[in-house]
Amino acid sequence: MTTNVIGNPLPRVDGRAKVTGAARYAADFNQSGQVYAVIVAATVGLGRVTGIETAPVEKMPGVVAVITHRNAPRLPYAPHKSYIDPATGERLHVLQDDQVRFYGQPVAIVVADTLDQAERAAAALRISYTAERPLVDPADPKARPVVPEAGKQPDARLPADTARGNADRALADAPAKVDEIYEIARENHNPMEPHATVAAWNGNRLTLWSKSQFVVNEQAEIAAVFGVPPENVQVICPFIGGAFGTSLRTWPHVTLAAMAARQVGRPVKLVLTRKQMFFTTGHRPRTLQRMALGATADGKLTSIVHEGTGETSRYEEFMEALTSVTRFLYSTPNVRTRYRLLPLDIGTPNHMRGPGEASGVFALECAVDELSYKLGIDPIDLRRRNEPAIDEGENKPFSSRSLMKCHDLAAERFGWSRRSPQPRSMRDGRLLVGMGMASASYPAFHAPANARARLLPDGAAEIEVAASDMGPGTYTSMTQVAAETLGLPVERVRLSLGRSDYPPAPSHGGSWTMASVGSAIRAACIAVQEEAAKRPRDGRPVEATASAQRDPDAAARFSMHSFGAVFAEVAVDPDVGTIRLRRAVGAYGIGRVVNPRLARSQCIGGMIGGMGMALMERTVLDPRDGRPVNAHMADYLLPVNLDIPQLEAHFVEEIDPHVNALGVKGLGEIALVGMAPAIANAVFHATGKRVRSLPIRIEDVLTV
Amino acid sequence: MLPFTLEKVTSVQAAIAAASSGRRFIAGGTTLIDLMREEVERPEHLVDINTLPLSEIRIEGSDLVIGALARMADIAAHSDVQRLHPLVAESLIEGASPQLRNMASIGGNLLQRVRCPYFRMHDAPCNKRTPNSGCAAIDGLNAGHAILGTSNHCAATHPSDVAVALVALDATMQVRGPRGERSFPVEELFRLPGDTPHLEHTLLPGELILAVRVPGGPYSRRARYLKVRDRASYEFALVSAAAALEVGDGVIRQARLAVGGVGTRPWRLRTVEKALTGKAPDRKIFETAARLALEGARPLSGNHYKLELLPRTIVRALEMTGEAA
Repeated sequence: MTTNVIGNPLPRVDGRAKVTGAARYAADFNQSGQVYAVIVAATVGLGRVTGIETAPVEKMPGVVAVITHRNAPRLPYAPHKSYIDPATGERLHVLQDDQVRFYGQPVAIVVADTLDQAERAAAALRISYTAERPLVDPADPKARPVVPEAGKQPDARLPADTARGNADRALADAPAKVDEIYEIARENHNPMEPHATVAAWNGNRLTLWSKSQFVVNEQAEIAAVFGVPPENVQVICPFIGGAFGTSLRTWPHVTLAAMAARQVGRPVKLVLTRKQMFFTTGHRPRTLQRMALGATADGKLTSIVHEGTGETSRYEEFMEALTSVTRFLYSTPNVRTRYRLLPLDIGTPNHMRGPGEASGVFALECAVDELSYKLGIDPIDLRRRNEPAIDEGENKPFSSRSLMKCHDLAAERFGWSRRSPQPRSMRDGRLLVGMGMASASYPAFHAPANARARLLPDGAAEIEVAASDMGPGTYTSMTQVAAETLGLPVERVRLSLGRSDYPPAPSHGGSWTMASVGSAIRAACIAVQEEAAKRPRDGRPVEATASAQRDPDAAARFSMHSFGAVFAEVAVDPDVGTIRLRRAVGAYGIGRVVNPRLARSQCIGGMIGGMGMALMERTVLDPRDGRPVNAHMADYLLPVNLDIPQLEAHFVEEIDPHVNALGVKGLGEIALVGMAPAIANAVFHATGKRVRSLPIRIEDVLTV
Repeated sequence: MLPFTLEKVTSVQAAIAAASSGRRFIAGGTTLIDLMREEVERPEHLVDINTLPLSEIRIEGSDLVIGALARMADIAAHSDVQRLHPLVAESLIEGASPQLRNMASIGGNLLQRVRCPYFRMHDAPCNKRTPNSGCAAIDGLNAGHAILGTSNHCAATHPSDVAVALVALDATMQVRGPRGERSFPVEELFRLPGDTPHLEHTLLPGELILAVRVPGGPYSRRARYLKVRDRASYEFALVSAAAALEVGDGVIRQARLAVGGVGTRPWRLRTVEKALTGKAPDRKIFETAARLALEGARPLSGNHYKLELLPRTIVRALEMTGEAA
């Protein structure tokens, strides 16, 4: 029995809890007898700690402990790597030696009875260093690119080098070409909720109330770090106030909170400051990309050469899908991609919404736009001429691909036909108006996941999964899946997330939660109904746990990706260079839409993220010591309400029977991908000036 | 945050007495509390002056008189201010964020500290925070810094928007201290950094700002504030300009012009005003005059773009004086 709950624009089931403050976030879980820890961060960018004057600080009011590499316990740090950790290198071992690897690395923690006392003591702690100048700028000639270890095998998930045909020769022979360098600044995730962990030991058992997009991995990692069995560690995180990828990994502060709690024998609360969230909790890496396109005079692509480089730390090789989309977005016989890393004296980057794809697609979609002007072909038309029949990189068909339908729909809603093709040809009063567009793509991932369903005697149902909800509406959409499968009204379904002792789920990221966890919940609901049918009604709950994963046969036969089209209009002030996004329209082909209201909200949020990437966001490091100079919400610019114009998100009808039983392809990431090139292309159309470095700021367009 | 005492005063007299013994005033607290949390400001004793009767906003003849404790949001929303002194209203609205404008007083706005990032970093030298410790910005990241009025010791810009408007309009401030009351131009409130960048203003010990007086003139209603920045709200100016013109019989009779984001204090441009006076209010004239703003400009490694942006901002602000806000 179905109730057609899937597809309904249900309001958030947790909306009331959030607006009334009933929803509890990590830092809300105060424990009795709790003390407060504050991290002391290194003030040099590379060097060694030579002295720490702990004695005067230990005597300060309320101070319980000052923990440094000198008195910290040597932690086992047993090997642990999940797919969310870089495949090569080893995580930062915190307070285990005197080395400073990057500015802001934790070098001590101060624990005190109150937060105020801990902050004052941390500010008073005098530390001396030997320091040398760190290398933090990827453009510095001293920075040497390396081949990522995990990309060396040809069958690697993110291969360092790929080729089909002979792209370089085809490029040399091409009648028309574009060959340019594109650069994207370092960005920090900057969610509203800071990273926070409350840690409490009970003998050899540890409970962590901790902001995490991946509670079962946090459990496994902390167990490995402290050398305790995983079942002794419980991670609880029912709500997340935004994350965008920064809470996928388990960062050093979680270890520090647990270490401090064990050292002082009391529960410890540790909340990062906004400034500290610019140091040790990952960032979108700076990237430098060469994108070269060769084409015939009538716009058929004959070659793509994509050479991308991303920064990483000295101790881990962070990799992202920078060059992946290039291999299948357009049809061309000759493609060569190269992906390199630049190890620098910085903390390890990590995934930030639309990771890799957002950066790579920026270069590709700006280059295609440049080609369209060179050839005098409409940018949509140019893309249509190169629309592939299959994934030419994998040499297999797409499970579904609605890219041109997305372009048609978005173009119509946007009013692309009103655009005059010449740059600098459109005005509104004295303002230069520009229209730009771009394609977007993101993989339709699917990871194995588990879920438990319980039918209660009163007819209600409970669902438990160790997944998270960082804001997209997972509580609501999963409730819809369960309600539809069980044939119950949504009010009769209670969904619980965010405990590591629930059935394990994959990381809440990569736009795979709906596919993975949704499929597991569906499987558990079917299983519990089967179980109930077998058993006599005895007034006791019926329970079933089930898992789901992608059909390996479908995965072998099809290439699975979401696609989208983004259109943007900007106005540029010809006198003072002010750039304003005036409106944007996105259309997406993402399989089945479980909840149109939440899906639209997801897209608007992603588009705003892409707007920030295009026009505002950058973390600027001082080359002398690697410090971020704008580690502050007043100085790290994100779009504010006054910047954000009318944004529209549309979905094309798409039925994909191959991706999973629910027919969903995932949505969160793709909404960011494509926005930055659409805006950059609109800025070119407005001004005639091509800016290939993000963010595009006033000083970049001043001399137009 | 370091411990401090907080006392309330209910009379101007008591406030002045408290300040004379070294206590610091607190009004909206939007700068002070922020900096106290970061221990850049370390006052031991604060005097809360918020209950003093200094919040009135009134018109006297053609002058606008703003009590020192009037909130930015209230001044900007005041119908007489919008009607008779639109430049003041516009410059206030362009400043800070709605939340900050609800709290911040006009007196505190004028005395706000700089936004140089190194000023807030205890692990970086800053002559303004710690005299004679050096300046991390001069050879560091300085895209937001000043090109006018700088010294080898400091190049931080004065961050206030409304101060730029007040300096352009020849506003005066009324202050009272242990030795009585005095008035002086707002422009004279601000010091150049020289070799003492930690000394920012000319108030004497114990002096309390009572009011700001903005004289009305034939140019008051043909006056605009243009703030150029990478986002639309909650960002300091890359460059801003406050411009007011009196135009009659096709020529500029009087001009008032000051700029922000480029000077170590709100920067009045009298040479540009002089070059405009007696000329037709057209773009060519504006462009020629605006070039004079760059006299004495000294860019740093990261802010050469301000040499281009400053004259463009002036030209545009002058043009805007002929357009409705």
